[in-house]
Formats: sequence, C-alpha cells, structure tokens
Amino acid sequence: MNLHEYQGKQLFAEYGLPVSKGHAVDTPEAAVKAAEEIGGDMWVVKAQVHAGGRGKAGGVKLVKTTEEIREFASHWLGKNLVTYQTDENGQPVSKILVETCTDIADELYLGAVIDRGTRRIVFMASTEGGVEIEKVAEETPEKILRATIDPLVGAQPYQGRELAFKLGLKGDQIKQFVKIFLGLAQMFKEKDLDLIEINPLVITDKGDLHCLDAKLSVDSNAMYRQKELAAMRDASQEDAREAHAAEWELNYVALDGSIGCMVNGAGLAMGTMDIVALHGGFPANFLDVGGGATKERVSEAFKIILSDDNVKAVLINIFGGIVRCDLIAEGVIGAVQEIGVEVPVVVRLEGNNAELGQKVLADSGLNIIAATSLTDAAQQAVKAAGGAA
Amino acid sequence: MSILIDKNTKVICQGFTGSQGTFHSEQAIEYGTKMVGGVTPGKGGQEHLGLPVFNTVAEAVEATGAEASVIYVPAPFCKDSILEAANAGIKLIVCITEGIPTLDMLDAKVKCDELGVRLIGPNCPGVITPGECKIGIMPGHIHLPGKVGIVSRSGTLTYEAVKQTTDAGFGQSTCVGIGGDPIPGSSFIDILEMFEKDPATEAIVMIGEIGGTAEEEAAAYIKANVTKPVVSYIAGVTAPKGKRMGHAGAIISGGKGTADEKFAALEDAGVKTVRSLAEIGSGLAEVTGWK
Repeated sequence: MNLHEYQGKQLFAEYGLPVSKGHAVDTPEAAVKAAEEIGGDMWVVKAQVHAGGRGKAGGVKLVKTTEEIREFASHWLGKNLVTYQTDENGQPVSKILVETCTDIADELYLGAVIDRGTRRIVFMASTEGGVEIEKVAEETPEKILRATIDPLVGAQPYQGRELAFKLGLKGDQIKQFVKIFLGLAQMFKEKDLDLIEINPLVITDKGDLHCLDAKLSVDSNAMYRQKELAAMRDASQEDAREAHAAEWELNYVALDGSIGCMVNGAGLAMGTMDIVALHGGFPANFLDVGGGATKERVSEAFKIILSDDNVKAVLINIFGGIVRCDLIAEGVIGAVQEIGVEVPVVVRLEGNNAELGQKVLADSGLNIIAATSLTDAAQQAVKAAGGAA
Repeated sequence: MSILIDKNTKVICQGFTGSQGTFHSEQAIEYGTKMVGGVTPGKGGQEHLGLPVFNTVAEAVEATGAEASVIYVPAPFCKDSILEAANAGIKLIVCITEGIPTLDMLDAKVKCDELGVRLIGPNCPGVITPGECKIGIMPGHIHLPGKVGIVSRSGTLTYEAVKQTTDAGFGQSTCVGIGGDPIPGSSFIDILEMFEKDPATEAIVMIGEIGGTAEEEAAAYIKANVTKPVVSYIAGVTAPKGKRMGHAGAIISGGKGTADEKFAALEDAGVKTVRSLAEIGSGLAEVTGWK
C-alpha cells in the first residue's frame, strides 16, 4: 500500500528526520491559511497523488503570493493529475501539501527496498538525485552505492558513514546523514515498509541535509499490525474495481482486452491470460477467485468482469484440486441465471469430478460452451469474442 | 528415490486442530503420509484424528521422532511457528500459509539457514512424492509415481504440469511448490540441485512467473550444473508492469522481472521453454524422446 508524500513526511518527522514545515489541506481557503501559519514569503504547493512525475505535469509549484496558492489549490483540488506514471485518466487530487520553500545547493538520492536476491533490506544512495533512479541504475550503475542490512543486528552507524563519505559529504553532513540512515532503517522495520525513497535528499544552501520528497510503501501483508498506517489508506488512489474485488477476497487487475477471465490460482490466472493472447485474443483482466470458488464468489466475480463494457466473452478456467468441479459448475449456472449474463461463457473444468461438471453445464440449456481442453478453451473464447486479431 | 520426503518421513502438523490443519491432515493420512502427531498449544495430551496432540514442537519431536512439519497456522503467527520448529530439531518445514509479512520471512529465513533447516514456502501448495508422502494441500489423486521432478512458484500451475505428466504416463518423482512470495524459504536452485542428484528424477519441469530474478539465477545454475533435460514455462507474458498479479512476488518493478527476460535466460541455458502452459507434457516428450 502506497502512502502520500505528506503522510510519509509525518512519519519522517516522528523519527526526527529533517522535513519542511507544511500542512496538507483540502480546500483553497485552508491552503491560504496554511501558508499564513507557516509564514515567510515563498512556499511550495504540491498536489498529493500516488504517482511520480508530478513536477513535470504541473502538480508542483513555487508560489510567492497567497493568491497564487488559492489559484493552484482551486485548479487542482477535485481534478485528476496525469503524469508519465499514471494512466491516461490520471489520479484524483484531494489534498494539497503547502510547505516552506527550501533553497537547494545539491540533490542526492536515498532509498531502501527489500532485495529479493540477497533477502535483505538494501539501502541505495546516489549523487544523482532528482532524476529517475531506474535510469541511473541502467545507464551509470557505478553511481549507485549500496548498504545491506543484517536482519539480526540491524543497520549500523558505520554503514551510514561509508555511504556518506562515498557521496562526498563533509563535516556536519556526515552526522546528519548517519542520523537519517539509521532513522530510515528503524522506520523500515517498525512500520513494515517495503519501499522508502527520498528523491531528492537535498543539501540546502546552508549546507544541511533535508528530505524534500517522501515515497513510502507498506507491506500489505503487515497491515493487521500497522493500524496507524492502515488508517492512512486513500482508496481514491486505487482502481475502484480492484478495491471492490479485494473486499470479496478476489484478486482482480483490469486490462484492456475483450475476454474476461475467471480462474482459480494466481499462476493459472496469468497462464490463462497468456494462452488467450497466444491464440490471438486479448484478455480483459486478471482474476483469481481463490481456492474456495463458491457460488457467491463466482457471482461477484462475474459482476466485476461484466462491469467492463469491453468484455465480449468470458473464459472460466478452473482446476479443481480439492473442490469438486460439479459444485463449481452449479455455481457458474446459478450465477449466470441470477445476473443474466448475455455474453458467451466458455468453461474449462479439470480435476476433481471434471466430467460430471461438464455434464451439468451441458444439461443446463444455457449459453455455456464446455471446452474439452485448455487450448480448446482459449480458442473457443477467442472465437466467441469475435475471432483472432 | 525422491527428494525431500519419502514413505518413511515422519510428519507433524502445526495448527493441527484448526480447520485447515484438520482437513489437510486427514487427506494426508488417507494418502499414506506417515503423520505422527500435531501441535496446538494448550491442547497437549488430547488425541486428534487418532494421533497425539502436543503443546510444543519440542515435545512432539521428542515423543515421535518427527523430522518434518507442515504449518497451517494463520499468517501473523507463522514466523513464531517456523522458528519453534527450526529450534526443536525439525529438518524440513513446509509452510502453506499465505500472507506472511515480508520482514518476518527475512528473520525466519536467516535462522533456518543458520540451523541447517530446509524451509519450503510460504504461500505454497507443499511437497509430494507420489505414492509415498504428501505434505500440503495438493490433490493427491492427480499424481502418478514416476520420473519427472516438478518445481514451481504457483500451486495451480503445478497441478497443470502434474496432470499433463500423469496423462502422458511419465509420472512424477517429487513435486515441490516453492511458493509465490518475494522471499521464499527455498529457491529454484535449491530444488534443482536436489533433482540433479536424485537418480529417480530423469527430467525436470520448472514453472516460474513474473517478478524478481529467481528464474534468471536458475538459468545460470542450469547452464553450469544441470545435465538432465529441463522444460520450463513462465506465466505472465501479458501482465502489465507495476501491478501485483495475485501473488505477492508477481510484480514487474522498474521494468525488471518480465516473462520475456526469463524465457530468454532459460533458452540461453539450453532449457526447452514452452509458451503455452498446455504444452508442458508435449515439451517433455520432445526433449526426452519419451512416448
């Protein structure tokens, strides 16, 4: 689960890291009030969305009058911000962060992730701040410094010093960097994060380190013990259908094809999309109904799939391991009757009681095509959706 | 022969008296697995499914000589259960549970490595040596004792590969689900190494998916160390970037971890890759000459 910049900075402040004084607001009036309270004669206003590239898209602005602040807030609040990281609709802006202005002498990068290869939390630092780190990693990998954290003893000050010296920091900056490094490492563990990025971590004109941005992501599996972070969830930043599916414990990801897919198991769900594409079709979604494919969940899955107007056919692919295919067949029939599915439905059942399941479908008299194999199912679905591309 | 488990492996279940533990232990006993007991704190001394219940894993190991444990406890308690089993002398831990916090796995994995304990999973179907021992949630009846070793990150894709190798009459030596999490207890390489050494395994099926670089690392390992024929399928060619596809570990991040990269690495290592998951069985027949 991603956090907004202002939420990340609240956490930074809790851990004693240097962040700008600021307020997140949701009306133009509150934005002006926030600036007056912060004081000074120059501010930065930043649209809060779960996506990078906000600056280039006009979602970040340096302002010198409260009138400009009002204008910026009125313009963005309630609108969608489109950046190179969002889809063409963009992400809704419901909060604006008003901050003091920071004079920048230099920009660095500091981040931490869980590295799957080494199975450790790994910090990455670079003198190339303010640009996409993926680009730096690809073009000039030698400019990315790393520190690997031992899970049993945690981050150590010497690791922070090593990074700081290699970054070319001097004097007080070394101490400041070590404090930021240790604070982030502690936060990473205590808050169950899976990503932290400060891009840029700036050196101010006075020579001090300062966290100018904050991108944080929390491990979704750990939300049960991170109540404070769970309360920070902003559902407006998520795909509405995906969020609805999650409430039914269905894993759904929207794609832009015409063949709706309903499958048990995440791997098989991906494999089903791939085989549809291999036979010239376009999958409309990823959907894993999970192990217990009951009638209620199949019904709900149908509703979610059919809420996408592009869907011209539905392919159901179930490998009944423990569950019986005849029960799933009855669930499918019940759901088709209940919600009046009008597009053709192709069903492939395999495993436990598969033949009985096929028979139940064939006897139902509904517009359900029983496929004889996985390949047959993909071909039938492509044909039902109007043929191969 | 087989890898990891056989008909003599003594197995206990952690979370034995819960609904999942009960259902799958019943199935395992029916399959012929040598279940010797279970652990549910506070229920020690009782009997469940005709087997003794213990309060702690240490007691269970002492009383039964158990070597393997299967874990069905809820995700928040899995780290504790894994560490308890590892410290009690269990040598093979199979963790089925999905949804364990990643940082819990970092700690558990370090301790298991230190103690020389083999951890399979989490978020996996388990391990089966057909006709001998079933530890996990896979349907026993689709398996056939035989000569193909199967290793996979996905449960239902494993079942597809099992069914195809059963239908073709090849059968399986052992099937291992390493799980769909970003930090698995065992990697493809760990299992490939065992299959290469196992005389009963004549060919290997490796099923991967998008996310991470485990398949690329396995490809390099195969190129240097594996002499047996390997057939591989990677799920997620059509998966969009930056979206988690059901499994916690199945995500293309920063443009890395795509199916195409993995296919390319495996092909470079001399692995027979199939683009359709329906062709795993026929791919095996092609590389082995089996009929």
